[in-house]
Amino acid sequence: MHNLGLVARIFHALFVAFILAPLLMVIAVSFTDKGYLSLPTNGLSLRWFHAILDNPDFIDAFWMSVWLALIAASIAVLISIPAGLAIARHKFAGRDIIAAFLLSPLMIPHLVLGVAFLQFYSSIGLGGSFFGLVAAHVVLITPYALRLVLSAATGLSTDAENAALTLGASKFTVFRRVTFPLILPGVAGGWLLSFITSFDELTMSVFVASPSTQTLPVKMYHHITQTIDPLIASVSTVLIVLTFLVMLILDRFYGLDKIFIGKG
Amino acid sequence: MSYLNFQALGKQFGDFVAVHDMNLSIDRGEFISFLGPSGCGKTTTLQMIAGLLTPTTGKIFLDGVDITETPANKRGLGIVFQSYALFPHMTVTENVSFGLEMRGIAKTERLERCRDTLAQVRLEQFSDRYPKELSGGQRQRVALARALVIEPPVLLLDEPLSNLDAKLREEMRIELRLLQQDIGVTTILVTHDQEEALSMSDRIVVMQEGEVSQIAAPLELYERPASTFVSHFVGKTNLVQGQVTALNEVGINETRLKVDTGQRAPGMAVQISIRPEKFIMSTEEPGLKVYVETAIFLGASWLYRVNGSLGELFVTQPNTGSARYTKGDTAWLSWQEGSLTLFEEHA
Amino acid sequence: MGGVNTRLAPYFLTAPGIVFFVALLGAPMLMTFLLSLHSYDFNTGIQSDWTFANYIEVLGDSYFQKIFGRTFGLALLVTVICVLIGVPEAYILSKMSSRWRSIFLLVVLGPLLISVVVRTLGWALLFGGKGLLTMISQALGFGDAPVSLMFTFTGMTIALVHVLVPFMVISVWASLQKIDPQSEDAGYCLGASKLTVLRRITLPQAMPGILSGSIIVFALTASAFATPAIIGGRRMKVVATAAYDEYLSTLNWPLGAAIAVLLLVANVVIIASYNKLIERRFAKVFE
Ligand SMILES: Nc1ncnc2c1ncn2[C@@H]1O[C@H](COP(=O)(O)OP(=O)(O)OP(=O)(O)O)[C@@H](O)[C@H]1O
Ligand SMILES: [Mg+2]
Repeated sequence: MHNLGLVARIFHALFVAFILAPLLMVIAVSFTDKGYLSLPTNGLSLRWFHAILDNPDFIDAFWMSVWLALIAASIAVLISIPAGLAIARHKFAGRDIIAAFLLSPLMIPHLVLGVAFLQFYSSIGLGGSFFGLVAAHVVLITPYALRLVLSAATGLSTDAENAALTLGASKFTVFRRVTFPLILPGVAGGWLLSFITSFDELTMSVFVASPSTQTLPVKMYHHITQTIDPLIASVSTVLIVLTFLVMLILDRFYGLDKIFIGKG
Repeated sequence: MSYLNFQALGKQFGDFVAVHDMNLSIDRGEFISFLGPSGCGKTTTLQMIAGLLTPTTGKIFLDGVDITETPANKRGLGIVFQSYALFPHMTVTENVSFGLEMRGIAKTERLERCRDTLAQVRLEQFSDRYPKELSGGQRQRVALARALVIEPPVLLLDEPLSNLDAKLREEMRIELRLLQQDIGVTTILVTHDQEEALSMSDRIVVMQEGEVSQIAAPLELYERPASTFVSHFVGKTNLVQGQVTALNEVGINETRLKVDTGQRAPGMAVQISIRPEKFIMSTEEPGLKVYVETAIFLGASWLYRVNGSLGELFVTQPNTGSARYTKGDTAWLSWQEGSLTLFEEHA
Repeated sequence: MGGVNTRLAPYFLTAPGIVFFVALLGAPMLMTFLLSLHSYDFNTGIQSDWTFANYIEVLGDSYFQKIFGRTFGLALLVTVICVLIGVPEAYILSKMSSRWRSIFLLVVLGPLLISVVVRTLGWALLFGGKGLLTMISQALGFGDAPVSLMFTFTGMTIALVHVLVPFMVISVWASLQKIDPQSEDAGYCLGASKLTVLRRITLPQAMPGILSGSIIVFALTASAFATPAIIGGRRMKVVATAAYDEYLSTLNWPLGAAIAVLLLVANVVIIASYNKLIERRFAKVFE
């Protein structure tokens, strides 16, 4: 740090303060002992964390989000592996169009996807179903998984696979023993990024989720539009802590910057 | 008359000494090479000269002026980096004229001087291209032109040829040397390629672990290396262990060799170095009897691995058009007086 | 090898994705577009006629014009602020020693993983009547009146900058990583000052990152929903919140669909033309 000038260091400090301020505010408020929004001036109280346990809605919504993200991310990866390998490693008519089509949800505002699914599901009778929610999330997150599979598969030389073929391995064995291990880092990164994107998604889900399939962000959003109370702050604090743990794990195994370059 | 001068120059990174107590004086117009294995401190030294690193100890003088504290952008030395470090967002002309622009030179003169320098490196017709659109050798020459156009008092080259393929590298050696002699610019070349250093320099500075091992002209360095390290690093050599047995005689096992032993007392452990090409190999006596273990054809010459009373030796002989020795043959080795170099053990 | 099998392989491999997308992306999008061409009656619901009336209403009505204007103005402002603060921050990060850098990368990029709802809630707490702003102004002696940025354009801008600036930082960071540090050294050795090196050598090489960061921030702001909905509320509607209200409050789905289609078209046109521009500008220069 010492090689940075004073101006740069002050700027950096302000920037970090700006980034952390709202998160610290949420955490601070969640420890209040009052019944209303306030800072914990009389010491820390866990009252509002106990309150989460009395509101099973939030806990149900949390598990709903976890299941949804698990299933959707897994399906997205299952779609992305063959598609990614084909696009990265074969030259075929229509390749660019297919790639653009499978990546196109990145360009569509989530709101537009939301209203499209709302109308589509209600017209085919899937409105508010868990299945519909999963399918919508798969569409939304497949591009993230695909991009990471693509970048893992693009640099891959076919030499190792050809070597395995000449050694007598069947095509499936080659995939299982050679190709898949080589693209595994990309696949795992794609799955994680998809999981997080799905777990945090609000805008599209607001339109697709019914009261019985409410995800955590949707539940929190509806709560906030009704009332902002210390309860929502304590729920948020739990989320911040959980996310922080995931982040440490991600950083350890991948480096956060690599993951996000995929996201941007 | 010394032009560039280091006195007790040293650099430490934390506890690690990268360059230690370096003294060197370079004449105007001289071509000096820093030669040494990876990590021996060549780049570090070069960057201290350029002003990109601050020395921990010592001083640097240019033309009698102490420039140790002068920042890089005021020193005005020309430097070519190993990666070339061209500005990718500027065309060839923009790259070359950047230094002139920093010196506040008017546009017309800038363009004229760019054109002249680009002509010197034979790149006139590429002036509007971006670095990405050039081959490795062309990029290298742009980097050279960018450094030369400001007419620097000293040109610093950090392994400028190491990214080129073998053939181009040899061509560029000659081209670079001719250009340097033409312009007469004082030049320091960093390299770990001994052939490059031998073929281009007036003098070579051999470095090992941050210290200077020897400073000498190429031929002298090759013929009279100051240590076993230098003899190994510059050219190939055979090293055999022995003992001084009498004045000007060294014993190796049962064999006695005639070598200049100087003042060394009998019984002293020494090493004898002899270069593979110094042997004269014959199918007849007299000489040192050896058995050919392997014969490898190298085109212009043959490389033999032979075994005899001195142990295993490598021998090179010019190719005369036939395979004279094959595995299992017996041969006799002789050499001219003065071909052997003696080192004290651990020298 | 070769033959029909290998030639068709890529199509078999991409088939699951294509089928899924045609059914679950193509069909809904097409239906939304068709829906936007019907008219709506408050008593009888969606009509079966074909008309551009919804588009004419959205494009012609000053209420919607204002919302579209506000949305793209907001996107522009947020993008400019993100460039102004995100680019220097990325540069500072790139100049840090590696230990500090990995810590601060975590701090700056980490919030991207935290739900937007949570981050916006933080700003709502800061901006609200009893929030930090009020406390600061009271502490500074500006009187007891609560200061609130809730439901204001300024509040929305600040919160969106916070939500999106990490994208700018990461994008610029990625392109700074690609710069050969020796090209900066070469600049100094040729006589350039620190500032000149920054302006003439570093910044131009970071340009692709700045531009792609800008387009990401712009597009995400233009279609942002959660933050404008919570901070801007009903008083400061943007396109996304307006469409939401048409769908879920007014129930005028065809009009909402027209808004959505226009948002999508604007988004795609802006991204595509911007990408073309960048490509044409940088194809010769960078990889
Ligand atoms: N900034 C630094 N911090 C710590 N150690 C350094 C630094 N720069 C160089 N070193 C160390 O100093 C020694 C000399 O480095 P230098 O780059 O001068 O080697 P070199 O002779 O140029 O090698 P090469 O032929 O590989 O380029 C190396 O061991 C290197 O690890
Ligand atoms: Mg080096």
